[in-house]
Amino acid sequence: MPAPPPNREIIRNGFWAENPIFRHTLGICSTLAVTNVVANTLVMDAGLIFTMALSSLTVSLLRGVTPTRIRMMVQMLVIASYVIIVDIMIRAHLPDISEALGPYVGLIITNCIVMGRCEAFARSNPPLPSFVDGLATALGFSSVLLVIALVRETLGFGSVLGFRVMPAGFTPWTIMIMAPGAFFVLGLLVWAVRARFPQVFAAPGKR
Amino acid sequence: MNSIDPGTLFFAAIFTNNILLTNFLGLCPYIAISRDLRAASGLGVAVVFVMSCTAVLNHLIYYHVLLPYGLEHFRFIVFIIVIASFVQLVEMTVERYFPALYVVLGIFLPLITVNCAILGASLFMVIREYTVVQAAVYGAGSGIGWMMAISLVGAIREKLEKSGNLPRGLEGPAITLLITGMLSLAFIAFSGMIQIQ
Repeated sequence: MPAPPPNREIIRNGFWAENPIFRHTLGICSTLAVTNVVANTLVMDAGLIFTMALSSLTVSLLRGVTPTRIRMMVQMLVIASYVIIVDIMIRAHLPDISEALGPYVGLIITNCIVMGRCEAFARSNPPLPSFVDGLATALGFSSVLLVIALVRETLGFGSVLGFRVMPAGFTPWTIMIMAPGAFFVLGLLVWAVRARFPQVFAAPGKR
Repeated sequence: MNSIDPGTLFFAAIFTNNILLTNFLGLCPYIAISRDLRAASGLGVAVVFVMSCTAVLNHLIYYHVLLPYGLEHFRFIVFIIVIASFVQLVEMTVERYFPALYVVLGIFLPLITVNCAILGASLFMVIREYTVVQAAVYGAGSGIGWMMAISLVGAIREKLEKSGNLPRGLEGPAITLLITGMLSLAFIAFSGMIQIQ
């Protein structure tokens, strides 16, 4: 087995060069939906980071005893267990936000990125690097969502985390808090980043 | 209990509450597979079938097994296992008895397990307290709505590829997301017709 890359490189890759959103545009399904308000996004991000770091760690710890043929099922069960913990925690401590997030917390299970990192990295690497990899990828992913949420809440409500930031005469762009706003902001962001850093995110869409 | 009429629910699931364009579910395969109309509609058909069946199956399991035993916290795990096994079963059946269909749909079936829209439909059905008939109708409607969205964008992308002279960085996911935004905007026009919760 090749030696795992040093932690610094793992962090850099997860956060930037292999950023799931800019690189693959994967895993946005369940998380894009909650980016209309910054507060919801923060809670969702925390849940995602927790799930991703710990499921990478667990999958890595179990890598010696997991039969290859049923590894997908095992990974899914590991991820689902952590998501249940997150769901119960949010429901107990933040009932309002839990109500607003609706089914989307549960949908972290089918977030392709969580399973993608388990499959691509944690399955064949020791626990500590796997944990770092899960954490870095989740952070990279979350920060992009946070940017989207900031844009959407600022333009859609004229506020950030409920505090008014736009001048009094500002007319909220209702479209920003509706579904098309999320697609437009993410599309423009992906375009901007890929156009600005072509050498990092080379050959997009050629899958 | 939710008292919405099943017929209304069916159209609402397709148009006003389209699972992809308003609930953002099933975006990953949508962006990866929508490069041409043929593949897009193939995947769409598979999703319609699996979504209709798993919504009913999960409904029965949730109300007849999980709730009576107080196990509703485990619904995530149970639902995902039901979906994964159902997909596996369909794949084996199709491969054995309908080889021609397997050639068309075969490669798409494994992808469906990780399609968030399938799990999403089951979770919405629980949250909105649908009856079994409503769940069936909602599953089918959502599947058809998803298929319509991916076919539309597949056709548009195919056309774009031919005329294509896109600026750097816009090709692939970025343009797909912008097109989706416009489609989503167009579908908002339907929202005056029906509202479901």
